[in-house]
Amino acid sequence: MTTTSPAELQAQLERALAEGRLVAQAVLLQGPGQPGARMLIWPSGQSTGSLGDAGLDRLVIADALQMMARPRAESRDYPEADARVFVEVFAPPPHLVIFGGVHIAIPLTTFAKVLGFRVTIADPRRKFANRERFPHADDIIPEWPQKAVERIEIGPSTYIVILTHDPKIDEPALKAVLGKGAGYVGAIGSRKTHAERFERMAKHGVDPAQLAEVYAPIGLNLGAETPEEIALAIMAEIVAVRHGAPAGFMRTTSA
Amino acid sequence: MRDVLDTIRQWRRQGKRMALATVVRAEGSAPRREGARMVVSEDGEMAGSVSGGCVEADVIYQAQEVLKSGQPRLLRYAITDDMVWEVGLACGGTIEVWVEPLPEASAEEEP
Repeated sequence: MTTTSPAELQAQLERALAEGRLVAQAVLLQGPGQPGARMLIWPSGQSTGSLGDAGLDRLVIADALQMMARPRAESRDYPEADARVFVEVFAPPPHLVIFGGVHIAIPLTTFAKVLGFRVTIADPRRKFANRERFPHADDIIPEWPQKAVERIEIGPSTYIVILTHDPKIDEPALKAVLGKGAGYVGAIGSRKTHAERFERMAKHGVDPAQLAEVYAPIGLNLGAETPEEIALAIMAEIVAVRHGAPAGFMRTTSA
Repeated sequence: MRDVLDTIRQWRRQGKRMALATVVRAEGSAPRREGARMVVSEDGEMAGSVSGGCVEADVIYQAQEVLKSGQPRLLRYAITDDMVWEVGLACGGTIEVWVEPLPEASAEEEP
C-alpha cells in the first residue's frame, strides 16, 4: 500500500489522460475506508494510491486489469470487503489519420477534434500539410505515405482516410496501410475511379480481399455537396463503424 | 473525463476551487452512461454534463455543498413519478452521481 497524496494522484491521472495513455481509476464510494479514496491502476499491473484496504486493493487491481481489454466504467460491489467501488478505464483516444491535406481535410479535422479524436495529417506537399491550414491537428507529417506510415502506430482504434484524388499519393497510401489492422480505411473517389484503382492495385499484387475492406466511395449517403458536408458524411461513417452501427434513419431502423 | 480536462486546467490556473460530478451508475434509458462528467466551479459555472439537462441544476447546488463541507456525496436520481425525488429524469432511468471536491494537482507542468 503506497501513500500518495490526492494531489499527486490527480496530477498523474491528468498527465496520463493528456498523453493518451491507458490507465484505470478506482474510487471508493462506500466501504470500510474513507469514501473518495482513490487508486490508479497501470497496464503493467502496478498501482498508485490505495482504497484503504490491501485486500480490497488486490481485488480491484485484478478487475481493473481485466476491464482494460474492453475499456468501460462501472460500479462494482465487493461483499468480501463490504465495499462499493467505481472502476473506470481510460483508453487512449481514437486516432484519425488523413492522407491528403486537401480542403475536405480541414472541416474533417475540426469534426474529429470535437469528437475526441487525435488527428494526424500526412501529405508530402508542404503547401497542403502545414500548421496554417491545420492549426488543430495533433501531428502533421510532410512525407510520402510509405515514409509517413513509419511514424504512425496502426491498430483497431486507428481510422484512416485517403483524400488526395492523386493516384501517386492515394495508391501508395492504400498499399501502406492495408492489412495492418486499422479500425477503418476509407478512400475518396467515384465508384468508377475506385474500380479502376483496385484493378491496377490488384495487378500489382495487392490482396483483393484487403482492397474489398476499403470504404469506397467514402462516407454515408447524406447527399453531401460541399467539402464541409462531405467531411460530415465521412465522420458520420467513421462513428457508425466505430460503434458497429447500421447508420440509417432512427425512425426506420429497428432497435 | 477528457472532455472536461481543458476546463479543469483552465479553472485551476485561475485559482478556482471545483467539484467533479461523475455518473457512477446508469440504469434504464438514462441519457448519459457511467463515466460521464461535469465539473462545477465554486462560482457555480459548469462544463460537461451528467444527464440530458434534467439533473444538472441540482448537481450544481450539491457541488457547492460538497465544496463547503469538503465531503464527497453520492446522489441518486430516479424517474419523476417517484415523488421521493424532487428532481427527475425527463427521459426515464435511474442514475447515481458521485460528487467530490477535485483535488489540487501537484507537479503541474503547465503554467
